[in-house]
Amino acid sequence: MKRTVGALLRKEMLVELRTLESVPGMSLFSLTTFVVFHFALNRNSIDGDLAAGILWVTLLFAAMLGINRLFVADSEEGALDGFLLAPVDRSALLAAKVLALLSYLVVLELVAVPAFALLLLGPSLDPGLGGLVAVLALGDIGVAVVGTLISALTVRTRARDLLGPLLTLPLLVPVVIAGARASSPLLALHASGTPSGRWLLTLALYDLLFGLIAYALFDFLVED
Amino acid sequence: MRALELEELARNHGERRVLSGVSLTLEAGETLVVFGPNGAGKTTLLRVLATLLRPHGGSVRVLGCGLPQEGWAVRGRVGMLAHEPMLYRELSARENLLYHARLHGLARARVVELLERVGMSDRADEPLRTLSRGMVQRVAIARAVLHDPELLLLDEPYAHLDPAARELVDPLLCAGAPTRAGGRRTRVISSHDPTGGLQEADLVLGLRAGRVAVLRERAAVRSSELVELYR
Amino acid sequence: MDWKGLATPRVLAVATAVVMAAALTLVFFYAPLEAEQGFLQKIFYVHVPLAIVSLCGFIAGGILAIAHLRTGDSRWDVRSYVAIHMSLIFGLATLITGSIWAKGSWGHWWVWNEPTLVSFLIVFLLYATYQPLRFAIEDPERQARYASVFAITAGAFVPMNFIAVRLSSAYVHPRVLGATGNLPGPMELTFVISLAAIALLYATLYSLELHTKHARAQLRALRRRVDERTDVPERASARSAAPSLPLPPRTVGTITSMSGRPRAGREA
Repeated sequence: MKRTVGALLRKEMLVELRTLESVPGMSLFSLTTFVVFHFALNRNSIDGDLAAGILWVTLLFAAMLGINRLFVADSEEGALDGFLLAPVDRSALLAAKVLALLSYLVVLELVAVPAFALLLLGPSLDPGLGGLVAVLALGDIGVAVVGTLISALTVRTRARDLLGPLLTLPLLVPVVIAGARASSPLLALHASGTPSGRWLLTLALYDLLFGLIAYALFDFLVED
Repeated sequence: MRALELEELARNHGERRVLSGVSLTLEAGETLVVFGPNGAGKTTLLRVLATLLRPHGGSVRVLGCGLPQEGWAVRGRVGMLAHEPMLYRELSARENLLYHARLHGLARARVVELLERVGMSDRADEPLRTLSRGMVQRVAIARAVLHDPELLLLDEPYAHLDPAARELVDPLLCAGAPTRAGGRRTRVISSHDPTGGLQEADLVLGLRAGRVAVLRERAAVRSSELVELYR
Repeated sequence: MDWKGLATPRVLAVATAVVMAAALTLVFFYAPLEAEQGFLQKIFYVHVPLAIVSLCGFIAGGILAIAHLRTGDSRWDVRSYVAIHMSLIFGLATLITGSIWAKGSWGHWWVWNEPTLVSFLIVFLLYATYQPLRFAIEDPERQARYASVFAITAGAFVPMNFIAVRLSSAYVHPRVLGATGNLPGPMELTFVISLAAIALLYATLYSLELHTKHARAQLRALRRRVDERTDVPERASARSAAPSLPLPPRTVGTITSMSGRPRAGREA
C-alpha cells in the first residue's frame, strides 16, 4: 500500500511539475484577490474578524482552482484505467490524491499567508503564528479530503468547473466557520498565541468524519 | 485451466443491451479474435475481461477467477492495450513505464529492457506529447506487456503502426511468448481485418449488435463470412 | 413493505387530510396566542415541522443511497432521488415560512442569528446541486452511483453543519424564533399534531411520486414491446436528471443467424 501511494504521489508531483497547472495559478490567484480586497474594502489594514474572514475566503477560492484540476490528467488518454488494471488497493489513489492536494494547499499558504501579512494585515503575525499554522493545518486536511471526493465526483461530468465549486463550498462551510473563528483572535490587534480548543476540535471532528466517508465511498467513484 | 469461460455474458448501458448472451470458452495459450462492426460490443467485451467493467448478467471466469468478485486476483495477470494509450502525455516514456513498473512491483531493469525492445530507448526521456502517435502506441504496447501477463487483451493493436514498427512489436504480442507462470500466453484480439486477423486466430468470434453472430474454430470460417458481418 | 412506498397513496392522502384538518383546527382555535409575537407566532407550527421533515427526508435520502450502493439495485436509487427531491421542496417552503416569520417578528426578511435557519440555508444550497449533478452525468448507471455517493456525503454533512453553525452563534442574541423545547401543554399538543400532518403530507407525496414513476415505467415497457414486434429501431432516450425504474433491457430485433456448430467441447 505504501509503495503504491508512493508511486502515485511521485507521478502526481511529476505531472504537476511539468504542467504547473495548479500551484502557480492558486498562488497567483490569492495574491490578486488580496489586492482586489484592498480596493473593494478601501482599507489599508485589517485585523480580527475581518482579517480572518478574508484570509479564509481567499484560501478557499484559490483551493477551488486546484480541486478542479485534480483528476483532469487521469481522465485523459485513459490514464486512470492503467491504475485500475494494477493489482493494488484502490484506496491508495484516494490517499495519494489527498496528500497531493494537501501539498498544493501548503505551498499556496506559504505564499498567501506572508503576502497577506504584507499587504493587508494590520497587526503583526508573530504572536499568533503558531496557532494559525495549527488551524490552517487542520483546515487544510478537511479541504483536501472533501475536495478530492468532489473532484472525483465531477471529473467526468459536463460543466465540471462549475459543479465542483457549487458542491464543495457548502460542504466546506463548517471548515470556514471553525477556521475563521479560530483565526480571528490570532489576527487581532492584541493577539494571543493559542487558538480556542473548541474550534480545533470541530475541525478535527470534521476531518475525521469526512475522511471516513471518503474512504468508504471512493471506490464507488472509480469503478465501473 | 481454461483461460476464459463466459456464459450468457450481458452488459447494459442504461436500457440498451451492449452485450447479450455471449458464451464461449478459450483454453490457455489460444488466441480468440473478435470481429464486428463499430458498436458491436468488441471494446466492451475486452473491458469486461480486463475487470474494468462489471458484467450485468451471466457468468464470467477469467484465468479461473469469477468476475466481479475475484477481480482483484486477476489484475496483474492481465494486460490490456486499448484505443487510448493509458499513459500520461506530460511524462516521458521512461517515467510512464517506471510508474507502471512500481505499481506492479517490477524492477527498473524490466523498463529498460522493454524500451529497448520497442525501439524507444533513444527517445525515452521526451514527453509523450512530443512523440508521434505510432511511437506512443509502441510505448503503450510496452506498458501492456510490462508485467508479463498470462492473458493479453488487444484492441486493434496494430493501429497507428507502420510496417517497421509492426515488425518490432510482433514478438512481444505474439502467441508463442512464454509467460512467467509457464505455458503460452492467451490472447483476445479485436480486429477489423478479416484476412490478416483471421490468421492469428484459434477461435473466431463475430459480434453483431452485442450478440454472437459467429463462433467457430478458425478452420471452419472463411473470411468472406466475416465481411458479411459488416454489412 | 411494498417497494412503491409506505402505503397506497389513497390511504395516505385520506390520513393526511384528516390529520391536517385536525392540526389546522388546533392551530387556529386551540393553541393560545403567544405573548410577544401574537398571531404571527402561529407560523411556527408550519415552519418547524417543515424543517424537521425536510431534514429527516435528506438524511433518509442518504440512507436509501447506502442501500443502493450496497445492493446495486437501482430501485433504491429512485427512492433516494424522490426523498431528496421532496425534501428540497419542503426545504424551500421552510425557508419561505422562516423568512416570513423573521419579517414579522424582527422586521427583516432574513436573520443571521437564528442558527437553525442559517444551517438550513446551507443545506438547501448543497442539495440544490443534486439535480444539476445528476443531469451532468449521462450514463444512467454511473449517474445513479455518483448521485448516491453525493447523497450519503450530504446526509452526513447535515448534522455536522448544524453543530458547526450552532457553535458559531452561541454567544449571540437569544434565538429569535424561540426554543421548541419547554412548550406549555396546549402548544405542545398542537405542535405534535402539526408535525404529524406535515410528515404525512411528505409521505403521501413521496408515495404518489413513486407510483407515478412505476406507472411510467410500465408504459415504457409496453411501448417497447410494441416497438419490438414491429421492428422499430430503438430511440435514444433523452437525457434526464431523474432516474427511471429499471426495465428488462431491450432484446435487439432478429438477426439472420450465421453461427455454425458451436465450438467443439463447449458444454451447452
